[in-house]
Amino acid sequence: MTHPEHPPLLDSVRMARFVAHGSLRLDAVVPAELNTEAIGFLGRGVPDVPYGSTVADAYPEGSFVRRLLAVPAVAGALRGLVGPDPLVDHHAVHVREPHEGSAQPLHGDAIIDVRTDAFDVQLMYYPQDVTLDMGGTLSVPGSHLRRTNESDTGRYQNLLGQSRLVCPAGTVVFLHHGLWHGGRRNDSDGMRYMFKIRFNPSVRQRRLWDTSDLADPRVAAELSTTFPWYEHATGRLELYNRVLLWRSLTGDESFDPEHWVTRVSNRPQEEVV
Amino acid sequence: MSVRQQVLVLYLGTSALDSPVVGWSVYDGTGRTSPTTGDGDEPPYASGVAALRDGWRLFQAAQLIPPYPGGEYDVSFLKHEFFFEKLVDVPSGGPGTGERAG
Repeated sequence: MTHPEHPPLLDSVRMARFVAHGSLRLDAVVPAELNTEAIGFLGRGVPDVPYGSTVADAYPEGSFVRRLLAVPAVAGALRGLVGPDPLVDHHAVHVREPHEGSAQPLHGDAIIDVRTDAFDVQLMYYPQDVTLDMGGTLSVPGSHLRRTNESDTGRYQNLLGQSRLVCPAGTVVFLHHGLWHGGRRNDSDGMRYMFKIRFNPSVRQRRLWDTSDLADPRVAAELSTTFPWYEHATGRLELYNRVLLWRSLTGDESFDPEHWVTRVSNRPQEEVV
Repeated sequence: MSVRQQVLVLYLGTSALDSPVVGWSVYDGTGRTSPTTGDGDEPPYASGVAALRDGWRLFQAAQLIPPYPGGEYDVSFLKHEFFFEKLVDVPSGGPGTGERAG
């Protein structure tokens, strides 16, 4: 059994995948008994907590949410992404009604947030099996570094390679705060529940995961991922910005597998004549 | 008969109208369909020109705007946005015409 103080951390390959995709998906990691309990718990609503609460203040020991956050895979992922003792920004129960008629516009939460050396994560927990017609969350892989404000992206209905979440009960997805997403139209006969918690880091986000595999070639491969919706030229800028984020997370200022950053910042100062 | 506009927005891989579709939206002024966010994974056309060949009329293309100084490496909205329309006859007094049946 994993000790709660030592949850299984992400490795560098999975962290690099998060940096490229802007999300981390953990399928069916929450036990069935918690998922069953969740439906009633979420149906009753979850009272607000003050912005910036500690986890201990927001969720008493033994409460449903504390037990959710203690699921080893969830605890380990959260630890790797935002470090120990993150603060609870806010939480919300999202309910998509049956045959509700429309989807949310594609958006990023809160307001435009252009931090390059820190990020919040949003934990999204799905206690039920989510089928395609239930309107599982739409998200756009690799959109998290785009500088756009909230639902100004609402004009975009579909992007090539988008993710329409279909998942087993007990799935948890962590989103980078900037990721474009939205609740899709629920065309089924049932309610769809999702519980979201936004976490703010309280420590510098540097090497918070298991970095023993930092030199694994799959790290650079993950960070070089391009997505079908990227425009050809802008896709190169995505890699440029992704390298800067990885450098910030690792402290390795030499990381630049495709030479994108090094090339455009080369200004030799040595004079020879 | 009355005329209603259907609008197709295509986002292309480059500024060329014959480049591949990377994103799309549809708005239907006839009221016959209700397109919405995340309603399909397959683009309606492979390129902007493919839409022209199917009868869509281009009425707006995104300008090519130089990056703002200091923001040359920023990423934001999709750049290569093309608006198309089709004009569709609908029965007078029918749904979406805003007219009373006589």
